Amino acid sequence: MDLEYGPEYNDFRKEVVHFVKENENVKLEGPVRSESRIAWQQKLIDNGYFARSIPKEYGGFGGDMDIIKLRIIAEEFAKSPIPKPMGGQGIQMLVPTILELGTEEQKQAYVRPTLRGEMIWCQGYSEPNSGSDLASLQTKGELDGEEWVINGQKIWTSTAHLSQMCFILVRTEPDAPKHQGISYLLMPMDTPGIDRRPIKQMTGDSDFNELFLTDVRIPATNIIGQRGEGWKVANATLGHERGSLADPNATMNRFNSLVNLMKGETINGERVIDKPVFRDRLLKIQGRIIAQQSNALRILSSQINKGQDTNMAKFITKLQGTELRHDLEGLAIDAMGEMGTLYEDSPHLRDKGAWQMSYMYFLGLIIGGGTSQIQKNIISERGLGMPKEPKVQGA
Amino acid sequence: MYFGLSEEQKSLEESISKYLEANASLEAIKAVADGEKEKAKAIHQGLVDLGISGLMVPEQYGGLELDTLFAAVVAGALGAGTAPSPFTGAYVMAPLALSLAGSDTQKDNWLPKIAGGDAVIGMGLSEYIGAREDAGITYSDGKISGRALFVIDGKDADAYILGNQSGQLFLIDADSSGIDVTDLTTVDKTRDSIELILKEVNAELLPGSEKDPSAINKVIDTGRLMLSADTVGASQVMLDKSVAYSLERKQFGRAIGSFQAVKHMCAEMTAELEPCHSMVWHAAHCQDNIEEEAREMACHLKAHVAEVGQQVSKTSIEVHGGMGFTDEMGLHYWFKRIGLNRQLLGSPELVREEVAKLQGFDQSLVKKN
Ligand SMILES: Cc1cc2nc3c(=O)[nH]c(=O)nc-3n(C[C@H](O)[C@H](O)[C@H](O)COP(=O)(O)OP(=O)(O)OC[C@H]3O[C@@H](n4cnc5c(N)ncnc54)[C@H](O)[C@@H]3O)c2cc1C
Repeated sequence: MDLEYGPEYNDFRKEVVHFVKENENVKLEGPVRSESRIAWQQKLIDNGYFARSIPKEYGGFGGDMDIIKLRIIAEEFAKSPIPKPMGGQGIQMLVPTILELGTEEQKQAYVRPTLRGEMIWCQGYSEPNSGSDLASLQTKGELDGEEWVINGQKIWTSTAHLSQMCFILVRTEPDAPKHQGISYLLMPMDTPGIDRRPIKQMTGDSDFNELFLTDVRIPATNIIGQRGEGWKVANATLGHERGSLADPNATMNRFNSLVNLMKGETINGERVIDKPVFRDRLLKIQGRIIAQQSNALRILSSQINKGQDTNMAKFITKLQGTELRHDLEGLAIDAMGEMGTLYEDSPHLRDKGAWQMSYMYFLGLIIGGGTSQIQKNIISERGLGMPKEPKVQGA
Repeated sequence: MYFGLSEEQKSLEESISKYLEANASLEAIKAVADGEKEKAKAIHQGLVDLGISGLMVPEQYGGLELDTLFAAVVAGALGAGTAPSPFTGAYVMAPLALSLAGSDTQKDNWLPKIAGGDAVIGMGLSEYIGAREDAGITYSDGKISGRALFVIDGKDADAYILGNQSGQLFLIDADSSGIDVTDLTTVDKTRDSIELILKEVNAELLPGSEKDPSAINKVIDTGRLMLSADTVGASQVMLDKSVAYSLERKQFGRAIGSFQAVKHMCAEMTAELEPCHSMVWHAAHCQDNIEEEAREMACHLKAHVAEVGQQVSKTSIEVHGGMGFTDEMGLHYWFKRIGLNRQLLGSPELVREEVAKLQGFDQSLVKKN
């Protein structure tokens, strides 16, 4: 056991601290893809604080893959109000997929603008009849000369209204078994034939959309991997998504805000944090976060030290992380009581309504990216080796 | 950076597990539970031969001077095997108390004996954490009177270390006059529990504990860590047994492990328990290396693992159906061991209260420390 990063990293940390201090007051203006956002993103890349291990020729920093340096960067950024590097499905899912499985042309064309935040991506996987059972998807892709022609419907497509591109799963081999008939295509969002309708969520926002696709024509080369390999390609990135949905260190930051909230809220003049029942719930949550942080350290260690088996530790993170975060937000609401139900621009609103918003948002994340029930299937089947569901006749 | 067990730690764990598999089978545990004391003694001796008594004793006193993580690894293996043997009190807390707060004479007298497996010291610190009924001890003029409940590893001990409410530690020889030992019967028959009633018993203060409670706190936290590791080890066995049973047992023409309700019970146990292994290692590491986080980690570990252990032990019995409820199957030994671990050295609510104080969440509560 050795939690020290080693003296060779002290200088590196100093550099990061210096950069963070110098830039802590940077404010980004405008919507996604604004000039100031792209410039900031590029500055982070130039300094090696984002896209660190991605080769220079594709728009990254071109550094070595040093997990500890990545961790130091994350730690120091988390402590400061400095604007964080952009995330999103393009950066978290598409870029790693292209780097792993894409052609040279694809790497040249897509990685740099995606990293810079000029090209936003959405994920066209789910369909009205294919959610948890994603591999049953029916949106069709047919090759017509030099073009794929796409017909069908996608749903729950987050950020489609902001996106220039969509990585989409379509059925191109209708006669093959369901997992072997899917291809992973790259669809420009300004292609004729895409009809987008926003879906309003329970939070009141409209972050996701329905996409109706009618004779959408895209170049035949806009495919990652071979025809029929889309399921494999998609699975290469699902792991990236699940790992990023509920980082325990972010949850611990949120916990600190919760402590402050409970010190500020009063009932009959008594601080909520001084009420034993509330305090006990608070401490329970803290214990669960620490367990998750320890689990994350073990996973981190396995990325540095080959041969450490942490499969089970990884299988549980999405389930545990999202449920925990939802519970945390729920406690904040209880601590505020009726005040906790205030929303939008109500008088007496706390923290701009962020607790209710996150309480709902994390319920969304419990469902999105593979529901909690699906996570339990994965843990029991792939983790514990228990049998798969018997097939129902005709399904 | 390496977060995990070393090869030496893994091999120690393996040697204890192998020993227990061979010598503390379910049959043997049942015999112990039914009162065959000789069997428990033999198992205890076998474990001493593997080195469990000297782990925490400094080398200059003939011990191995290993760190807390080693001890936690042993505790996990003992929990997994429901080992009927002293450990947490006698071989972890006692040598630690002596090392931290004992005089040179006290160390010379006891540490070599502990290391050699020639002395068992029971630890009675419950009253410092939260006195039940009218329990508690008072010390004056070299004599102790009072009552100490749930003295850990106190059965047939050669000496006791007791704590008073201000956190001072006292050593008494079991041969001294004025000691009345009462056996307590708990649900957990894999370990003995006792109560001490003391009338004017000769006692020595551990001088390092006179002025502040840092020694007793460290001893208690390390004890909590061991109990937690014990629970995690026991819980992992209950989970593994559940999965194995679910693949064997058939109902409605199929293995019950193919029913999603059963799979999800197992997945939920796994999702809760898997991080607890890491949490034990992390807390043990902090105990020796990261002083400013050590107390909070140990308290949080104790409380969190107690909750997870309760969930796993309940769910595991459920997965086994009626068989799980039988004496025959023996799952209850793990269930009950986890149940006792939960209460010893502070139930989850008490420990969470303590960690709240430590963080200053409630200023009005701060009294110790
Ligand atoms: C906030 C949010 C953002 C999203 N963003 C995107 C996106 O950008 N792109 C995209 O493609 N999709 C996105 N999704 C869709 C998401 O992936 C699906 O909602 C999810 O996979 C569940 O599918 P479903 O909604 O069809 O529910 P269903 O699959 O119909 O599930 C309904 C219920 O049945 C349960 N269930 C289903 N199958 C099983 C089973 N085998 N065993 C046990 N229980 C089962 C589920 O757990 C759930 O409780 C998003 C969803 C949300 C909530």
